Amino acid sequence: MQPDSLSFIFLNAFLINNFVLALFLGLCPFVGVSQKLETAVPMGIAVIVVMFVASVCAYAINLVLVRFGIEYLRLISYIAVIASAVQLVEMTIKKFSPTLFRMLGIYLPLITTNCAILGMALFQTFNDYSFGQSLIYSLGAGAGFTLALTLMAGLREKLQLANLPDSATAAAISFMLAGLLSLTFMGFAGLGS
Amino acid sequence: MSQQPTPPPMPSPIRLVLTLALIAMLSGVTVVFAYQITLEPIARNHRLALERAVFEVLPGAVDRANFLVEGDSLTALPDDEGDRANVYAGYADDGTLVGVAMEGSARGYADNVRVLYGYSLEDECIIGFTVLQSSETPGLGEKIGSDPAFLANFECLDVRLNDAGTDLANPIRTVGPGEESEPWEIDGIAGATVSSQAVGRALRESASRKIPVIRDHAQLLTEERN
Amino acid sequence: MAPVSNGEDTPRFDNLTSGVWRENPVFITLLGLCPSLAVSNTAVNSLAMGLASAFVLLGSTFLISLLRNAIPKQVRIASYIIIIATFVTVVDYAIHAISLELYNALGAFIQLIVVNCMILGRCEAHASKNRLPKAMVNALGTGAGFTLALFMVGSIREILGFGTFFGVSLFGAGFQTWAIFILPPGGFIVLSLWLLLFSYIERRRAANTGHIAGGAHAT
Repeated sequence: MQPDSLSFIFLNAFLINNFVLALFLGLCPFVGVSQKLETAVPMGIAVIVVMFVASVCAYAINLVLVRFGIEYLRLISYIAVIASAVQLVEMTIKKFSPTLFRMLGIYLPLITTNCAILGMALFQTFNDYSFGQSLIYSLGAGAGFTLALTLMAGLREKLQLANLPDSATAAAISFMLAGLLSLTFMGFAGLGS
Repeated sequence: MSQQPTPPPMPSPIRLVLTLALIAMLSGVTVVFAYQITLEPIARNHRLALERAVFEVLPGAVDRANFLVEGDSLTALPDDEGDRANVYAGYADDGTLVGVAMEGSARGYADNVRVLYGYSLEDECIIGFTVLQSSETPGLGEKIGSDPAFLANFECLDVRLNDAGTDLANPIRTVGPGEESEPWEIDGIAGATVSSQAVGRALRESASRKIPVIRDHAQLLTEERN
Repeated sequence: MAPVSNGEDTPRFDNLTSGVWRENPVFITLLGLCPSLAVSNTAVNSLAMGLASAFVLLGSTFLISLLRNAIPKQVRIASYIIIIATFVTVVDYAIHAISLELYNALGAFIQLIVVNCMILGRCEAHASKNRLPKAMVNALGTGAGFTLALFMVGSIREILGFGTFFGVSLFGAGFQTWAIFILPPGGFIVLSLWLLLFSYIERRRAANTGHIAGGAHAT
């Protein structure tokens, strides 16, 4: 597979360099919202939607910044636009699908300060992805986040029944599990080469 | 304090917009200021890092010139445009051409592996090699940058051109450890097969594209310092 | 909880130390992990990351505490984010100018300091409500605690994963390095072990003083 082919970019963001388990991005919601499967899945979907929108916005802004040679304003404009994009997505969903809004609503504000979104926007810029590549990259990253979150939630539901030492707080055990998951995901490295 | 009978009145929208605009302007000025101050040191850091790598793959070189290979043409670039160049000529202290440093990249185990290699026009072989960027597994794939036996492959790796001068006569190949039988073969590292093969692919792809162009315009390279 | 805004404006020693230990942003409140764990594979990288974050925290606290009465409540988050992003951009350029090697090692994660929840959290919860000296002391404590925590994770990872400390070889040539500790799983596992240790200490202390450890243990 060619390194810049669309299928490879997707696979890379989805499994090989999984945002949560290999790049440590989006850890706060990963630990915070992974107690139950029923919250993990909507959160994941919300992240995919926002990532897709943010990817389009970041691509457009970067075009403008490069056109005028003001790349040093990149970080400030990205963060401002992502925050507004999240608000916009929130309002759109609220208007057109109240059911969906009830499901995703409380997660959307959380996503604004999710490093995975800004990280995705920055990485797609640093990698010089074309418009199509950026979109696929954002979808792969969002899907990878959802996968990690769902796996974690499944594990933590089982963990409720386990007999643990008193010192093993939820956070400590979650990170231990994340470490083991991350180890498993390392097996995907080398995929497609 | 807990007693807040009435929330403070909403400030006028103009005030909100003004505050934001003022803060944004302040931030813009600060950023531009920082950008201006660091512009020069950053450029110098990049130049030094590049020169270190170029002189490493071209033993004996102390001076460099930037060139750009585009299609079939080779153009000289000014000294401060090292970022745009993809070919760097290295010269010894008496001004003679030591060789040419070029970049290659290929998909490794974890991510792209970017390498820089030195090509000697005189001997028609690759005389030096260094890894510019890789995220290969530490302790395994990472050895492509440090394993002495692997680096020994690049003392003189044969990259002669075919009779027509359009491509490598013998494409570079990565073989298993200890299986090297031809001068254009690279002995791989046990436990780092994918990474060793990536190095071979990066070199083959880059060499077969650039070396014919460079040999066509060899005049330009030697003239640059005379 | 933190004695936030209790009417006292004079900074106390307690303000400084609480951020370092009792309310350590990484080990106790679990904030600001995302952009930090990724580059904590050596002592130098983690120290640089910690100091960069601490600088951003101090700078933004200074400005926000100074401007706290001038910024209307409705646009405060937006203003804070712009201020933080400015300092992050400055730090990004500064590191780039100081050492290219360090800059390449930290990569995009310097810019990701901007979404470090620890910084926005401190700005919103403390700097926007307190006078300059007190806010600065608190930020200093939190920044030091953050740097210390990263350094603790980074040194363990470097010692076990490379067999070195600040690049100095510790165990001689025969040491078989544990490559896993430099890889992503190692980051999670080392952090998890520190958290276990902290919660163990906390429980022991609570048991000794007869109190019940604060915070429900979910599992």
